[in-house]
Amino acid sequence: MIDEDQVKHIASLARLKVSDDEIGKLSKDLSAVLDYVKELNKVDVSDVSPTLNASSSENVFRDDDEPDKQDAELAKKLIDSAPENEDGYIKVKSIL
Amino acid sequence: MEILSNSIREIHEKLKKKEMSALELTDFFMDEIKSKDKDIKAFLSNDFSEAKKQAEKVDLAIKNGNEISMLSGIPAAIKDNILIDGIKATASSKILENYVAPYDATVILKLKKQDSVFLGKTNMDEFAMGSSTENSAFFKTKNPNDLSRVPGGSSGGSAAAVASNQCVFALGSDTGGSIRQPASFCGVVGLKPTYGAVSRYGLIAMASSLDQIGPLTKTVDDARVVFESIKGKDKKDATSVMYPEKLQEKGLKDLKIGIPKEYFIEGMDKKVEDVIKNEIKKMEDAGAKIEEIDLPHTKDALSVYYVIMPAEVSSNMARYDGIKYGFSTHKSDSEDLLSVYLNSRAEGIGPEVKKRMMLGTYVLSAGYYDAYYKRAQQVRTKITEDFKKAFSKVDIIATPTTPTTAFSFGEKTEDPLAMYLADIFTVPINLAGVPAISVPCGKINNMPVGLQFIAPWFCEETLFKAGEDYEKLIS
Repeated sequence: MIDEDQVKHIASLARLKVSDDEIGKLSKDLSAVLDYVKELNKVDVSDVSPTLNASSSENVFRDDDEPDKQDAELAKKLIDSAPENEDGYIKVKSIL
Repeated sequence: MEILSNSIREIHEKLKKKEMSALELTDFFMDEIKSKDKDIKAFLSNDFSEAKKQAEKVDLAIKNGNEISMLSGIPAAIKDNILIDGIKATASSKILENYVAPYDATVILKLKKQDSVFLGKTNMDEFAMGSSTENSAFFKTKNPNDLSRVPGGSSGGSAAAVASNQCVFALGSDTGGSIRQPASFCGVVGLKPTYGAVSRYGLIAMASSLDQIGPLTKTVDDARVVFESIKGKDKKDATSVMYPEKLQEKGLKDLKIGIPKEYFIEGMDKKVEDVIKNEIKKMEDAGAKIEEIDLPHTKDALSVYYVIMPAEVSSNMARYDGIKYGFSTHKSDSEDLLSVYLNSRAEGIGPEVKKRMMLGTYVLSAGYYDAYYKRAQQVRTKITEDFKKAFSKVDIIATPTTPTTAFSFGEKTEDPLAMYLADIFTVPINLAGVPAISVPCGKINNMPVGLQFIAPWFCEETLFKAGEDYEKLIS
């Protein structure tokens, strides 16, 4: 059971603002799903290792070489998508 | 027009023999979209002038006597969570309503190299979270077989576009059934490739250990043609692998087909069960060996999915913060950094996505990790082992794609678990990472039913051979 105080706590961890209307519904919906997944406690998982990676690949490296020119152009486009930027940096509200 | 019954290979031959120009082909589908899509609403956006330019380029190549690729000039629809450079990619979310993709997804680059024509971007559940396309922040897409029913989801727009002949093929993404379930609901073919077979670079991520891009098409061979064109290792997606070339000579009649009893459950539509059992009988009569098998952890798959998927969602959604791109309150009312995060996300992100972010944050939070996330990952291993064991006995597995046919609008929006159950037969496949295809196999009250074939890792060709033979069997 996820009560309303827990909903508020989770929302603050997730950086989500939830309205008073949403809190009640979220408390009900989250509790329903968590109640459903409780079934997993019945499965015997002793000596079972968790699936940490769905792919069979391990330690995929790239060559340590010069980035190509296209990457630099893309980087500029990405910076330009930010609401505010200055001298190639994304500008945010003051932190301190 | 005859073109509607043509496969990609047939259209390709017609283009090469100049029986039809690529521009005529594109014009034809643009007219179809103009007349049909005001009712079906499969597309979020169209760029017809660019589509025409792409088609003209193909016609010029043909005129100059150049070789053209199999997908040259073939009109396609692309799910709106796949990036096309310079075109809006909203993932059906308010937070990306005005976001223009700054680069091409790898699958798009591959299609562009073949000179495919992009007709537009298709509607979906917001960030691919949903099973009916009702979670789109913009509008609902209708099922072309019955406009009062959902097309399924989350690739509902792509499935509806193919089913209503508004394109030759479409791309979708499948995290827990989002290609196969709408394909089944709309009556088209949908393939979820092996995890790692297709690069996800440029796919807006939902749950990264589960997401795959795949085709929605009218025939199994069309799905093969598109899959062959988009698969392969990509240095920009570290989970993508070199696709092992495996020859598969066996047709349907030579296959040992496993039927898992866990996929014929209480609560599923009896009529769907009857259709599937009848189709299995037809395959048996055609010479296939049918064997009942066990996939004992099937009943746990949805629980595993509803821990792992939201956990990964909560991590992937952290990037929508009003700082880097997308909707932001940075320049308006927000006075400090925290309120930019909170207000941008509050206005930009819809209820289902928020719920999954909350759920994921909870199961990953201190004190709960072992009870939920670690345990789910352990049961996931059990599910994968079930498939390994099954494939040591049989070549392929056949199941229903969904427990019911397409439901009505609003029918499952209130009860959170009812909607999730629509994916009960598709979710285990993503957890194990194996490939699966949904093939239309009949209708109940005019609503399509899908037959799902599941094959071992990297055995897509087994799916295509079996699916093609099955299509011939019922045609």
